[in-house]
Amino acid sequence: MPAEFAIGPASAPLLRVEGLRVSLTGARADIVSDIGFTLRPGEIVGLVGESGSGKSTIAAALLGHARKGAVITGGRVILDDLDILSAEASALRDLRGARVAHVPQDPGAALNPMLRIGAHLDEVLDVHAPGMTPDQRVERVVAVMADVGLPPDPAFRQRFPHQLSGGQQQRVLLALAFLLRPRLVVLDEPTTALDVVTKAQVLETVRHLCRRQGAGALYVSHDLSVVRDLVDRLVVLYAGRVVETAASHTLFAEPRHPYTRGLLAAMPDIAVRRHLLAVPGHAAAPAARGEGCPFRSRCAVTTDRCLDLPPWQEQGRGHGVACHHPVSGSLAVAVEQTGPAAGTGGREPLLSVRGATARYGKQVVLSGVDLDLHAGECTALVGASGSGKTTLARAIMGLGEDVAGTLLLDGVAQGLREGLRGTAQRRRIQYIFQNPSRALNPRQKVGDILGAVARHFLPLDRGQTAACVAATLAKVALPASAADRFPAELSGGEQQRVAIARALICEPDLLICDEITSALDVSVQAAIVELLRGLQQEGLTLLFVTHDLALVRSIADRVVVLNAGAIVEQGAAGPLLDCPHHPYTRSLIAASGRAVAS
Amino acid sequence: MRLPFPTLPRERQLRLGLALLLGVLLFALAGPVMAPHAQDALVGQPYGAPSDTVWLGYDYLGRDVVSRLLHGGWTVLWMSLASALAALVVGAAIGILAGFAGRRTDQAIVWGTDVLLAFPDLILVLLVVSMLGREPGLIVLTVAIAFVPGVVRLARGVTMGVARLEFVEAARLLGYPATRILFREILPNIATPLLVHFGIMLTWAISMLAGLSFLGYGVAPPTADWGLMINENRAGLVLQPWAALAPVVLIGLFALGANLVAEGVSRLNARIGAATGGKTNAG
Repeated sequence: MPAEFAIGPASAPLLRVEGLRVSLTGARADIVSDIGFTLRPGEIVGLVGESGSGKSTIAAALLGHARKGAVITGGRVILDDLDILSAEASALRDLRGARVAHVPQDPGAALNPMLRIGAHLDEVLDVHAPGMTPDQRVERVVAVMADVGLPPDPAFRQRFPHQLSGGQQQRVLLALAFLLRPRLVVLDEPTTALDVVTKAQVLETVRHLCRRQGAGALYVSHDLSVVRDLVDRLVVLYAGRVVETAASHTLFAEPRHPYTRGLLAAMPDIAVRRHLLAVPGHAAAPAARGEGCPFRSRCAVTTDRCLDLPPWQEQGRGHGVACHHPVSGSLAVAVEQTGPAAGTGGREPLLSVRGATARYGKQVVLSGVDLDLHAGECTALVGASGSGKTTLARAIMGLGEDVAGTLLLDGVAQGLREGLRGTAQRRRIQYIFQNPSRALNPRQKVGDILGAVARHFLPLDRGQTAACVAATLAKVALPASAADRFPAELSGGEQQRVAIARALICEPDLLICDEITSALDVSVQAAIVELLRGLQQEGLTLLFVTHDLALVRSIADRVVVLNAGAIVEQGAAGPLLDCPHHPYTRSLIAASGRAVAS
Repeated sequence: MRLPFPTLPRERQLRLGLALLLGVLLFALAGPVMAPHAQDALVGQPYGAPSDTVWLGYDYLGRDVVSRLLHGGWTVLWMSLASALAALVVGAAIGILAGFAGRRTDQAIVWGTDVLLAFPDLILVLLVVSMLGREPGLIVLTVAIAFVPGVVRLARGVTMGVARLEFVEAARLLGYPATRILFREILPNIATPLLVHFGIMLTWAISMLAGLSFLGYGVAPPTADWGLMINENRAGLVLQPWAALAPVVLIGLFALGANLVAEGVSRLNARIGAATGGKTNAG
């Protein structure tokens, strides 16, 4: 179990978690075991881990809560001398919302659509501060609204949640959490649903509020790049156990645990183009974790000693690691030169879009966009949400509702609605969706999904189809046995590979990828990106729609920046990311955590 | 990999339901062969009490209740099965079409079902039967028509949920024919709620058909029929309760079985969905 660590002045900890254990009900399996860390007043601690590592379980346990199917079976969570886990129900009710506040992930689902914003705020005050006078309440509400960056006027509080943007909704949740000046705020991936610019603003607000109110905060995230500039200290979680903790800058500079190093190597960097290295394999489910070091099946430096659970080792200066073979030294990553991006002049583009316009009702989503995609190139289409990038990608596929313009594939005009296109035309452009679990029919086996596509485009008999399916599965690095699985039996990354296989099986010329890694863990994302780069080297043309500029650096040859339905800047990836000219591009890059030279 | 979840209690419910359904069906199917007497044979005292050889006694005319029970199940069972099945097939086809096509097709179909839903089921059936006669085929058809709007509404709703998922869009992009999209991509994903609704319709149909017989608009006497038997023998409920209660029990058991199966199927499916969903998250 991680012992306490002390850096800086030895102030009394606000929160102590000791030996926390949460188990599945009915099964003898721990979701998380031996969790221990401390949090001092005013400190922001990041809790990072892949999906399934137990982050949200820990976050819930800090409020004395376990989700359905889980039960807290051991340990202590002590907030200012009160053990939350052994507190009475009435004490917990007083505690939650007043002294420990929770900011959930999806603001759209967390706000009651039938209640006005003001009513949400009033509800918290009614329950926890019934003694306040009306004047005091108004004063408090106005103050907190200003703190979270929302208009403090009464008209705004009369609005309903659906009348706000996603960023504003998330700010309302922050206002609810900070309204009673809690001692501890637990933030469970509050920026996942937000685009890069809004995300940066919300994170800034969180930091500002914690500093001002002196509240401690636990920030749960699956994305190291999000927490990098926000948190003071990081707790890295793997398969329900703490594997490493350190001050934020120490962890990024000198990661010790092989898993932490793997995560960092898988993380794209906006500053340099490099290969993303995936951690091989995937984490076991709680019931299948077994004995010993949980990471040993995926670890490169594993030995027989790893069959025993590794002890917690202090590495000095608050840096601790649970590993028999901690690695020392900074993380060396192979930086590569920017690909051959500029040498496309003169050649005819594979796909040309001319004067594309699109409307959604009366709102103009695209206004006269011209776009050229050259064969063998990867073009990234970037922009904040609402910039029209998905609309453009869908328009190319013929899925647009109200689209006008010209679309040329090898100089041949294509129908603007998919219904107007012939089978041969359909084969040449393929689309991969953001969410793999929704893009595959849950009632069909992988082999049937792929086989149907192959037979639809090619005159194949049963044996040829099976061979074609097996060859395509091999191409996306899935075993042939995956053909007999239903999509739900595969992990998210494997599902996305199947979706890519479905596109590849008809041998397309152009692959449109719409935010295809945004639902995946960073390590899985690295594997998918490397797969796409390999395909690109075999001659495939890619249009990569994303809001993640770091990812763009690793995969794209050219970048097209879209804002409010128009292209504001485009060019070779390296130069554009290094010295952007347009203010909007600058703001995007700044929001991605990179200082922009003026 | 299948996780060893404690599945037994819920499956037991499904098994009990299936056993009830099949038991009552078998009783009705094999009944005419096993009956000791003909269905209209007068073999005893009116409302004669049960004895060691005559288990359930005699009815209001002195006919053997056991024999009448064995003869009288088939009509109500096949008619309820047929009408529920017909409503399911027709309603699902129309509902899927409405949910997938959207726009004007959807609007027209919704208006159509609204008009039909405005008629109370039983009144509609009674009207048709009293105007056009009491042929079994006509009754089945009328009951089915009364049920179709509900199925259409359900199928349309769940189809709209599935049709906006990306795999349906992917199928459209690949240029699959509409029939393939409707029956291979969408139908398997909405089958569970439809099956559950089928079970519920079965119980409605049984009660409606038994009710029709009770009111005298179903099977004509002297033919044996469970619904008719309840009507015929209700006057002697105090003297010889078994003549009226036995068909009630059988109808009740069949309806219970259909309900248990419907609920079991839906729970089984919900659990599969939850288990695989959890697995995706963990992977």
